[in-house]
Amino acid sequence: MNKNEMKCSFISRSQNESLARMLAAAFVAQMNPTIEELADVRTAVSEAVTNSIIHGYGNDSGLVEMFFKNDGDLLTIVVKDYGMGIEDVELAKQPFYTSKKTIDRSGMGFSVMEAFMDTLEVESALGKGTTVTMTKIIGADDE
Amino acid sequence: MKVTAYTQDGVLNLELIGELDHHVAEQTRKELDNCISSSYEGDVVINMSNVSFMDSSGLGVLLGRYKRVAAKGNRMYLYGANKTVDKLLKMSGIYSLIERL
Repeated sequence: MNKNEMKCSFISRSQNESLARMLAAAFVAQMNPTIEELADVRTAVSEAVTNSIIHGYGNDSGLVEMFFKNDGDLLTIVVKDYGMGIEDVELAKQPFYTSKKTIDRSGMGFSVMEAFMDTLEVESALGKGTTVTMTKIIGADDE
Repeated sequence: MKVTAYTQDGVLNLELIGELDHHVAEQTRKELDNCISSSYEGDVVINMSNVSFMDSSGLGVLLGRYKRVAAKGNRMYLYGANKTVDKLLKMSGIYSLIERL
């Protein structure tokens, strides 16, 4: 059974969103994913990291941490920031809800994570940050 | 992200090339708005066939442009999205606003 872990962190700059996707893809590639599974993971990671950058830190600079774990066919991804936190997680997870109403935001970030991954958990505390944990079975369609 | 534009038969055709995420959203928004200028009166067709990646930030860009076009009573269409981008577009419900060709 293949097992592996990876931890990385980067500054909350928007150019690191593509970096995060590349890191996710590189790690997941070891699990022999389908093209669709790989794309799903990249998209979900992009959403979580973007949330940390835009909502967690806003105009401030901070650290975004990612943790990846491969336990056989179970992929676990954790995206963590130490930013402002979410006052109402359930409200934030509502489709089309966004706290950034002055710019073109779809408010679909959490919805995309839920749709593209198997599970999604969000823990947050005001002033302390947010931790997003997602899992996905890779190779679920394999026979 | 690169934006190219041409007009044919009175319809503005826009092609998006590259990745559409939060990092390039503002720049893409500005380029699209430059193409869909305040003086333009007509429908808009967006070619997504060379969009290699898009997340919900891209949805925001498309929705914002749709609002501008629809405000003038015109229609927006898109086509060519790859399987993953199309999955995102479908789950968002954007096809109820922007028709897929």
